[in-house]
Amino acid sequence: MADRKIPSPIANTETQAFWDAARTGRFVLPTCTACRKAHWYPRAICPFCADGTIEWRDASGKGTIYTFSVMRRAKEPYVIAYVTLAEGPTMMTNIVDCNFDALRIGQPVNVVFKETENGPPVPMFRPQ
Amino acid sequence: MTIKGKAYIAGAYEHPTRHAPDKTVAQLHAEVALGALQDAGLTRDDVDGYFCAADAPGPGAATMAEYLNLKLRHVDSTEMGGTSYVAHAAHAAEAIALGKCDVALITLAGRPRSEGMATGTTPRLRDPNQPEGSWEFPYGLTTANGYAMCAMRHMHQYGTTSEQLAWIKVAASHHAQHNPNAMLPEVITVADVVNSPVIADPLHRLDCCVISDGGGALVIVKPEIAKTLKRPPVKIIGAGETVKHLSGGTFDLTTSGAARTGPIAFAEAGIKPADIKYASIYDSFTITVLMQIEDLGFCAKGAGGKFVADGNLISGVGKLPFNTDGGGLCNNHPSNRGGMTKIIEAVRQLRGEAHPAVQVKNCNLALAQGTGMQLGTRHCSATLIMERE
Repeated sequence: MADRKIPSPIANTETQAFWDAARTGRFVLPTCTACRKAHWYPRAICPFCADGTIEWRDASGKGTIYTFSVMRRAKEPYVIAYVTLAEGPTMMTNIVDCNFDALRIGQPVNVVFKETENGPPVPMFRPQ
Repeated sequence: MTIKGKAYIAGAYEHPTRHAPDKTVAQLHAEVALGALQDAGLTRDDVDGYFCAADAPGPGAATMAEYLNLKLRHVDSTEMGGTSYVAHAAHAAEAIALGKCDVALITLAGRPRSEGMATGTTPRLRDPNQPEGSWEFPYGLTTANGYAMCAMRHMHQYGTTSEQLAWIKVAASHHAQHNPNAMLPEVITVADVVNSPVIADPLHRLDCCVISDGGGALVIVKPEIAKTLKRPPVKIIGAGETVKHLSGGTFDLTTSGAARTGPIAFAEAGIKPADIKYASIYDSFTITVLMQIEDLGFCAKGAGGKFVADGNLISGVGKLPFNTDGGGLCNNHPSNRGGMTKIIEAVRQLRGEAHPAVQVKNCNLALAQGTGMQLGTRHCSATLIMERE
């Protein structure tokens, strides 16, 4: 199956550090220095306590599938999903490198970076 | 302070077109505006408040106010996606209660069908300044697969089945057969739905709403004016609105904003879900209906699958007659926004002017519930409760 072309994310001043890390294969999570919680999607102001500063911490890259859907009505079907990370937050992603029909909610997955059309790679997940 | 009893829906009009290549969007807005004013027995000169959302051409309300040559003292272009008009009706009641306007006009119109929009299945990056864009667009988020993820999780968490979801479309089709304007007027079966092609697991083609041109409008007036008009008055008695989102990555996709707006609206109206005789429930997809029915309290959370099955939403058959015009699932979804037609059909029911085959007997209390934008990420919810005098 031909790989789907993945549109490029657009870095901005809030998220440049995430994409710089992604280019070196590191999956980092925005974490608040005040309440210690990681959040998603990444932003400069903590959505939980609106206090402290955000630092980028290396994440385990492990998670479980919260929900997913195989997009059948596409030239190259793909799996959109939400994955709940070991560190807490749940993020939108794609599940890749697998048999789509064998996927199930609760399945453990690991992060893998996938190249985009002309930007930094984006974090996706594959079954363990 | 409450809006209960402070404003009445005096005029309602749904454009009969479902395909309008020969008309402009501005023209459709104007036609529905004039239709609703005629229904109310009022004219453009009576309008002093105007409400529209992002489907109106141009930024905000200025373009249509000029096109219609309105002389306004209150303007509101609140954008809440497809449920904007449910919120507008409440905002109009608020403005009237405060004396900011006496006659409020709300319009919706659009031509996604004529313009060939691949509405639900194409990823779209709407605004590069949206901070969430780069965390969603690369993954191929579309309207359909966002809602599908809610359905998949609901099935996992509560045991909901595709057959139960299909009953929602089947019920809508039973109503649409009586609507000469409906895009899908044929009665269909559960098998028809579950055997239609899968768009995004677990949603099939027939779990989705139609794509149509058209529009609708409402005229909302203060009680003193309502008393002078000939049409049966429909009183606004309660409303709620919210935004439900992903909360920094800590969310439950099986719950909609209706869990917040329903209780607020019922409390203001001073009634319970069991008092509602007819409900218009936003139906972009079958799962949208199921989640809102649970969240409004028509059944226990997670019991929606059993509740909607076996014709329970069919007028004259089940306990909760819904979308008796055929709804977005079978009738129309003008401009990909179903909130306006939800109120219009509720008004027909309260006036006793729905099709006789689907008219609810002694319909004195009705609800319109809307969900705008994307159930699978962030959406707006608005609930409106209305009473026949």
